[in-house]
Amino acid sequence: MSIKIEKLNHIYNPGSPFQTNALENIDLEVKTGEFIGLIGHTGSGKSTLVQHLNGLLKPTSGKIWIQGEEITKPGIKMKQIRKKVGLVFQYPEHQLFEETVYSDIAFGPSNLGLSDNEIASRVKEAMNLVKLPYDELKDRSPFDLSGGQRRRVAIAGVLAMKPEILILDEPTASLDPRGRDEILEQIQRFHQEFGLTIILVSHSMEDIGRLVNRIVVMDGGKIALTGIPGEVFSRSEELVNMGLGVPQITTLMKRLNGEGYQLPEDLFTVRDAKKTILEWLRGNNHA
Amino acid sequence: MLKDITIGQHYPTGSVIHGLDPRTKIIGTFAFMAGLFLIKSFWAYIVVVVLLGSVILISRIPLKYVLKGLRPLMVLILVTFLINLFMTRGEIIFGVGPLNMTREGLRQGVFMAMRLIFLIVGTSLLTLTTSPITLTDGIEHLLNPFRKIGVPAHELAMMMTIALRFIPTLLEETDKIMKAQIARGADFESGNIMNRAKSLVPLLVPLFISSFRRADDLAMAMEARCYRGGENRTRLKALQWRKNDGLAFVVISGYFGLMILLRLTV
Repeated sequence: MSIKIEKLNHIYNPGSPFQTNALENIDLEVKTGEFIGLIGHTGSGKSTLVQHLNGLLKPTSGKIWIQGEEITKPGIKMKQIRKKVGLVFQYPEHQLFEETVYSDIAFGPSNLGLSDNEIASRVKEAMNLVKLPYDELKDRSPFDLSGGQRRRVAIAGVLAMKPEILILDEPTASLDPRGRDEILEQIQRFHQEFGLTIILVSHSMEDIGRLVNRIVVMDGGKIALTGIPGEVFSRSEELVNMGLGVPQITTLMKRLNGEGYQLPEDLFTVRDAKKTILEWLRGNNHA
Repeated sequence: MLKDITIGQHYPTGSVIHGLDPRTKIIGTFAFMAGLFLIKSFWAYIVVVVLLGSVILISRIPLKYVLKGLRPLMVLILVTFLINLFMTRGEIIFGVGPLNMTREGLRQGVFMAMRLIFLIVGTSLLTLTTSPITLTDGIEHLLNPFRKIGVPAHELAMMMTIALRFIPTLLEETDKIMKAQIARGADFESGNIMNRAKSLVPLLVPLFISSFRRADDLAMAMEARCYRGGENRTRLKALQWRKNDGLAFVVISGYFGLMILLRLTV
């Protein structure tokens, strides 16, 4: 396995009136090459959890292993871990600071102490991955770009460090539908073509349902549900109680079944639903 | 590390001190500070300790939490102590090269350090027991009489409200950007002074940008809700004097009187 979390607890502001148990006894394993969707309501502890995975937060108690190496041990070299685990924060475009797109993306690799040639090739590759034209944009100021482009520059900045595990915290927040689809499609490519282990934090069921191998649902600092998307979405009452919804298409299928039809419920996209319903209609006409 | 800054932080416990009128607490704090500067002898510090101690006790804020506010200012206190220790002329007790530690310097150093510590604790008690909104409300009321001579009381209070309101937001933002840069391999903690200063650029540039963006958004939001200063504006929670405020004034006057007395006699 590539990530293993055991009995992880995190308490914010212990001993003050603002004390909150952000994480309670989290146990989780993520295999190499797996694509995980981490869902939860605001304040359910998703962001806190992912910040433990590259050592930005230290657990109050519990252990974490990244590729067999225990990172919660004292005296561990965090820089090595951060090289392996890339974390893209919420609104990552807010972290941009350099004068040009090139030097901003180069910030991560140069902190790794790579040669100039290696840095240049990594920046180029990372910009390619997020579909930003290298020659056209490399010397532009990141602050002149559009919101979606800026976000992709920020994601490229993490990709240029060539992590083996990529964690993205709400990468599509406040993007327009097109920007959202582009980013999600690119994330899917990182997974399929480069075999990255990916953890995608989101509260959009639609996004997650059609992309990931497995969903982990968090509620009140605990893991409430975990399983393949179809399994998780079949428990819509529990999800609604946690302040989460199920994809609209899943709801539609459930409602149709409630009317006496017999259709599969583990569908998340309009296209799949259309196909299934058409097939059902044709099948019925034959009968 | 950023979580250690308690200046300007409110610690609600619902105690009697918290319930006092902000004007009482502001005037009280000023009287306390003025009293501190009157002190010439160590004896008077006993009065200060008793007063501060009882206020902390009544406010039900853990002593550890109050003292946490001193931590970021420890360097300042230490420097003050050392400068006084070595720069005061008098009877030499210990000498290293050109530096001479004097008996008078030791006394002066301890004295100054104590004054600073009590000043910081006293003022942080004001913000710990008063929410920023009520605090600025109090300031606005206290400044109102000076409006006639051109003091923009409401504008000043509004500026303070906004500044205080954004302290936690900015801290949060700093924390987030810092983490984001650390995740990209930035190092804020090692290296010499030059390197450390340079390593702050990836933190400060995004912070500046987001502060300007926030200011812009806020100005827009205020204008959209027809904000046009304090004239004719009414309040949801009007300030009110209560019996406890009278009591507090008696205590504070007692303290101030004692300070003057000690100054004149001891």
